[in-house]
Amino acid sequence: MREGGSAPLSRSAFRRSRGDGPFRYASTGAGILLLVIMAAIAVFLIARAIPALQANTASFLTELTWNANASEPKFGIGALAFGTVVSSFLALIIATPIAIGVALFISHYAPRRLASFLGYIIDLLAAVPSVVYGLWGIIFLVPFMRGPSQFLNDYFGWIPIFGGDQVVGKSMLVGSLVLAIMILPIIAAISREVFLQAPKLQEEAALALGATRWEMIRMSVLPFGRPGVISAAMLGLGRAMGETIAVALIFPATFTISFEILSANGNSIAANIANGFGEANDIGRGALIASGLVLFIITLLVNMAARWVISRRKEYARVAA
Amino acid sequence: MSAVTPEIQRISGMRRFKDKGVQALVYLAFAIAVVPLVSVLWLVISNGLARFDMEFLTHSMRNIGARDAGGGAYHAIIGTLEQVALASLISVPIGLLTAVYLVEYGTNGRLKRSISFFVDIMTGVPSVVAGLFILAFWILILGMPFSGWAGAMALSILMLPTVVRSAEEMLMLVPNDLREASYALGVSKWRTIVKVVLPTAFTGIVTGVMLAIARVAGETAPLLLTVFFTDSINEDPFNGPQMGLPLYVFDQAARPNDTAIDRAWAGALTLIVIIMLLNLAARLITYWRSPARKR
Amino acid sequence: MAKQIEVTDVDAYYGSHKAIEGINMTIDARAVTAFIGPSGCGKSTFLRTLNRMHEVIPGARVEGKIRMEEQDLYGSDVDPVSVRRTIGMVFQRPNPFPTMSIYDNVAAGLRLNHRYSKSQLDTIVEDSLKGANLWNEVKDRLNKPGSGLSGGQQQRLCIARAIAVQPQVLLMDEPCSALDPISTLAIEDLISKLKQEFTIVIVTHNMQQAARVSDKTAFFNLAAQGQPGKLIEMDETTKIFTSPTQKATEDYITGRFG
Repeated sequence: MREGGSAPLSRSAFRRSRGDGPFRYASTGAGILLLVIMAAIAVFLIARAIPALQANTASFLTELTWNANASEPKFGIGALAFGTVVSSFLALIIATPIAIGVALFISHYAPRRLASFLGYIIDLLAAVPSVVYGLWGIIFLVPFMRGPSQFLNDYFGWIPIFGGDQVVGKSMLVGSLVLAIMILPIIAAISREVFLQAPKLQEEAALALGATRWEMIRMSVLPFGRPGVISAAMLGLGRAMGETIAVALIFPATFTISFEILSANGNSIAANIANGFGEANDIGRGALIASGLVLFIITLLVNMAARWVISRRKEYARVAA
Repeated sequence: MSAVTPEIQRISGMRRFKDKGVQALVYLAFAIAVVPLVSVLWLVISNGLARFDMEFLTHSMRNIGARDAGGGAYHAIIGTLEQVALASLISVPIGLLTAVYLVEYGTNGRLKRSISFFVDIMTGVPSVVAGLFILAFWILILGMPFSGWAGAMALSILMLPTVVRSAEEMLMLVPNDLREASYALGVSKWRTIVKVVLPTAFTGIVTGVMLAIARVAGETAPLLLTVFFTDSINEDPFNGPQMGLPLYVFDQAARPNDTAIDRAWAGALTLIVIIMLLNLAARLITYWRSPARKR
Repeated sequence: MAKQIEVTDVDAYYGSHKAIEGINMTIDARAVTAFIGPSGCGKSTFLRTLNRMHEVIPGARVEGKIRMEEQDLYGSDVDPVSVRRTIGMVFQRPNPFPTMSIYDNVAAGLRLNHRYSKSQLDTIVEDSLKGANLWNEVKDRLNKPGSGLSGGQQQRLCIARAIAVQPQVLLMDEPCSALDPISTLAIEDLISKLKQEFTIVIVTHNMQQAARVSDKTAFFNLAAQGQPGKLIEMDETTKIFTSPTQKATEDYITGRFG
């Protein structure tokens, strides 16, 4: 700005400095670019999905096979979407209570020194790539779960989900377990964060009323942490639904709709993409892209639901803070 | 209300039982969680060390037959480093500028709100969808070849929202007094941002970027769809299929023989080491540079 | 409904740091005892040892004897939870449970201990809110969140919550320091009324307040920063404010330091 130093004050000193315009445009442009990318994702997926959907000789919604590379392509999303949703929810149901327990352990039960160390370990585990969990799942967990799966089938087969005639190693249950173990550190890490932020004032209020530790947690920590835990669980659900590699290695990749989680059922949109991409022809790739679009929409709905839940709960969290 | 309150009453057995019961459940949950997680780490380390040698780190899989021992992940390591570096080159400037827009320039208008909303949505985009997008747009419609660059673009879509959010958080932590002090000295807005705001938030932003890198370095699905496979060393990320470490692990794990499984473990170990180093570096930076060393 | 407290040789620590040392005193039943002294002298810490809230902080511990009518609060068979149930506490900043309604806030402590019928609860909640001089202001909105009240009302809600469980003793840790003068006055009126029923101990920074509300006053001081706080003298409030025996007390109340 020194360039105009000797110029009359009235003109150049109050001029916008050079660079402000370009910098403002660059940063605004970056923001807009982000919007463009999001729009482009939807547009290009749709653009590539349409030809494949038109070539489909069966109903995309109800067909239970995936023969997209055939000369008369037949493929449907039903079984895949079912598998994606069921396995993810199963993982969520397994992981969330344990993750909340882990978070409470670190935030309110473990001795302080141990707690910060454990918190660090959980953070690191949240960063372990999913392919590693997949590898662990297929090499270790699949053989390991044969016995317990057979046991569940033998003695609890009367419960429909554990029923079925043929128990397999690579089952929906084992896939869901791997997903659960994968999303557990993420849910635990976020929940621990919000539990630690629970206001000390309210915790002390509960204790001073003669509350036990659990009653104190129920009165002041859990109500405060609920929105955070819900969003953590939703984030975990989104991760589980989008997870590809771990489940591609483990799911039996069948096209059935069945709740028998110990039998050869189980597949997911993402696993099908990973497994089918290598040998897909043009229509086949389009079909996979169409399935990806469905996955995109499902995860979008989950995320929107999470945002809605959080915003509805926000007033309490704000007052407490 | 009773007229005579006794001395300090013991709390009821039921309450004590519940308290201890919940405590037992919490400890149990922790134990249940620790077992598989420790098992993952243990197996990766113990099985990975079997092939974690110089040959593994310096050789590719070229001319290694389906059942042969030996071979390595050099091509995959090179690929991962290049792809992640390119992804950072794309997403860090865009992400940083977007964060600057959101914090410094965006008035509470519709544009700011929709960008903020879509950053959230982008956070939830499954990695396989990001890969499909680049596949549809770059490879199928524009007719470009599979390449490391295509993979980097897919990864950058996954990195962007993380970078924006962490940078935004850090910029918002910069006290307004600092900005006003700078304006009061007659410094223009963009120079204030570049000379005062960004340097103040620098360590926080670096930490966020490194965590974002660590997260995408382990992504497999987008690479599968955009980088494809190769067993040979391809140092040019703009031309022809490359390899990536996560892809390497996936590829080897799906091969039904023990030497391949050994390579998969070693690859997983390499990947975890890289990611842990990034995490560690990020944490050390925060620790050393945090103004008060609060914790 | 009100008990006397006997304190013998109490020390309190935060980790290895000794915060207070060698406290001996008798806190009278049905009276207001005020603790005054400069910041950091340990008066709040001491207050928190009286209902075993001190040990809630990680690494904190207490040595010495505190007895309430022959019962040792730190006896090996005494559960801290039941001590806190018997000795209530009001904090510096009003801390109603934000997710609970006004009604539920008052009933929170009751619900922990017994099953009350709806009509019993209604009666106790009404009595407690009346006891805290808040009933008339909130009777039409008992189901609204407690966080919607003003600061002074929130503090009286916290007092209602504390007295609802019928404690023997009520501890107040600078209950007015976050409030405006009018709310402060309302709380002071309330304290004078509550001492008919409860033993009250109040920590305050405001010496006029101590003079107005308390029957006895204890002055705490510390020799230097980092040294443990000690009880310098304790006597009738009028005596402390007119003719203290210790030089340090006189210096403090006449405003020469602190």
